[in-house]
Amino acid sequence: MLSSFMNFLQMIGAYILGSLADLGKSSLFLGQVLLGIKDTLLRPKLLIKELYSVGVLSLLIIVFSAIFVGMVLSLLGYVTLVDFGAESSLGVLVSLSLIRELGPVLAALLFSGRAGSALTAEIGLMKATEQLASMEMMAVDPIRRIVTPRFMAGFISLPLLTIIFMALGIYAGYLVGSVWLGVDEGSYWSQMQNKVEFQHDIVNGIIKSVVFGFVVTWIAVYQGYSAMPTSEGVSRATTNSVVYSALAVLALDFVLTAMMFIN
Amino acid sequence: MGLALMKEKDNNVSETLVTIHDLHFSWDGGREIFAGVNLEIPKGKITAIMGPSGTGKTTLLRMIGGQLRPVSGSVNVQGVEIPELNRKELYQARRRMGMLFQSGALLTDLSVFENIAFPIREHYDFPESMIRDIVLLKLELVGLRGARDLMPSELSGGMARRVALARAIVLDPNLMMYDEPFTGLDPVTLGTIVSLIKKINSSLSMTSIVVSHDIHETFSIADYVCILSEGKVAATGSPEELLNSDSEFVQQFVNGKPDGPMPFHFPAQSLVSDIMNGDSGC
Amino acid sequence: MGSSRKTEIFVGAFVLASLIAFFVLAMNISNLGSLGSDKGYEVTAQFDNVGGLQPRAKVTLSGVSVGRVTSIGYDKESYRAVVTMVINADVDYLPSDSQASIYTSGLLGEQYISLEPGAEDDVLANGSQITLTQSAVVLEEIIGKFLVSFTTKN
Repeated sequence: MLSSFMNFLQMIGAYILGSLADLGKSSLFLGQVLLGIKDTLLRPKLLIKELYSVGVLSLLIIVFSAIFVGMVLSLLGYVTLVDFGAESSLGVLVSLSLIRELGPVLAALLFSGRAGSALTAEIGLMKATEQLASMEMMAVDPIRRIVTPRFMAGFISLPLLTIIFMALGIYAGYLVGSVWLGVDEGSYWSQMQNKVEFQHDIVNGIIKSVVFGFVVTWIAVYQGYSAMPTSEGVSRATTNSVVYSALAVLALDFVLTAMMFIN
Repeated sequence: MGLALMKEKDNNVSETLVTIHDLHFSWDGGREIFAGVNLEIPKGKITAIMGPSGTGKTTLLRMIGGQLRPVSGSVNVQGVEIPELNRKELYQARRRMGMLFQSGALLTDLSVFENIAFPIREHYDFPESMIRDIVLLKLELVGLRGARDLMPSELSGGMARRVALARAIVLDPNLMMYDEPFTGLDPVTLGTIVSLIKKINSSLSMTSIVVSHDIHETFSIADYVCILSEGKVAATGSPEELLNSDSEFVQQFVNGKPDGPMPFHFPAQSLVSDIMNGDSGC
Repeated sequence: MGSSRKTEIFVGAFVLASLIAFFVLAMNISNLGSLGSDKGYEVTAQFDNVGGLQPRAKVTLSGVSVGRVTSIGYDKESYRAVVTMVINADVDYLPSDSQASIYTSGLLGEQYISLEPGAEDDVLANGSQITLTQSAVVLEEIIGKFLVSFTTKN
């Protein structure tokens, strides 16, 4: 009875120590990735190729989601506000929700699912098929050649995608709110313009997306690089990448929101 | 003793390109892979490293290439102590080495031409016409000049390995390492690879290390053979010397006998007691 | 190399699209657009009680937004709150005896300043002070007045 309890404690301890070691490894890895930034900037072709596959190819899901989220938000918001006679504040509701919270968080989660998992799988497969090792033997640092461009692409793409998400969502909300549900067009926009502050809301929302971009891409490339070079290993790494990214985004969101939006 | 004999046979004393002295290595505190390996790879010749599965032949190549660090011991390649190099120096040293991986390890998103041009583009700023000439010459050497625009997914296993070979020699390294180059090939491709290794080693004056367990193919091209077992060098010598060796171990290995100094049965209790215990269970 | 040209074009379009979205966000959606257009003149007004008036609250004339509150402070000499506001430059016809009152927008809304024009010939200019002011309505005072008037009825 006591021994199984001790085993349990030992298991927890080992798990915590293992996680700490992993965190350390991933930080050291991040350091090496960041050191390669200078090299990547000297070879823009690599970066552009990655921006395309990470950013441009994520546009479809971002655009789609933004439009639908904006429309639903507007619809539900209207239904609730109309009871208070406050439907003229619909624009404020939709825009502040998207800019402060839904834009950065949803874009980050969608990005992690689409682009993050793709990055993990790609790097993991390159490891499993010894492409990374063969690069090392050709005296080419695989981190600088393969990982850093992808990291930079993710870090740059997510804020851009988030901005597009916010703008499209607000316009989609306008379509549903004003054109369909009849909220006065003037009040939708003018109240919004009154209440949405550039520095406080938009800049903070973008800062959130920059932080998320950093973390999501970091997790994705690290999971790929440290995957077990088997098919099971790659699949587990891909799953971990999405799950850990989601947890990190939501936890950071809480911290950032508390810092930014509570006076 | 074998090496001393070899040196006497040669009239011109060949230098050693790679010297490994008292090498110890184990994976993270597990079983010891190398327990004091001493090895000399002579320059300009084809040396084969052989041994039963799991003796760490590929690991040895990785240590020569600096991808793994020994627990203790020295790995001296072309006068440079590999484990002591920093990152920049290590990458510098690797430029003079080439390695052919078992799977070829071609970059899947680049064409055959681009794969071979990759090392050139990464390290040098040659004009396109020069790159093209170098790549086509190497492709001609391995007989795949017409396949230059194919993608790796469109190549057969043998073709992929030949492309990988062309890529490994594109910067004219001094030292070529082949990790299981004969595994899984049809007889014709096998013969092609064997002759290519021989041709490359002599025409480009390289030193080659071949890791394999194919006795027939390896012995047909190797100048010297080194057999590893249980973390140490078990035997060295030229192929003829080993074929005529007195050692029971070498005879079992070289002739492919299932039982001998390397036992067939994995250690277990006697068969009779095992079956008896099974019956008396519930 | 044709496909890399296409790639570059797409990436360029992607970055351009996000820049456009950013400008739309900044100009049309947030208050940055209206901020820039405020070339205005500064006017102050003193109140006994500013209630829940916040900086950046709007200043209206007959309900039309003509300016913003920039800061709220306190005057030690007169023991009253001082509200500084910026009024749009093109609204330069406010008589110097105009009145500034603090009203509440809607039932639960935030408070704002409403200007009623006076009758003087002189107009408000940069640095002028509005002397006629009506403070914000404080709920407790109303209840107090109500109770007093209620209990003294009989």
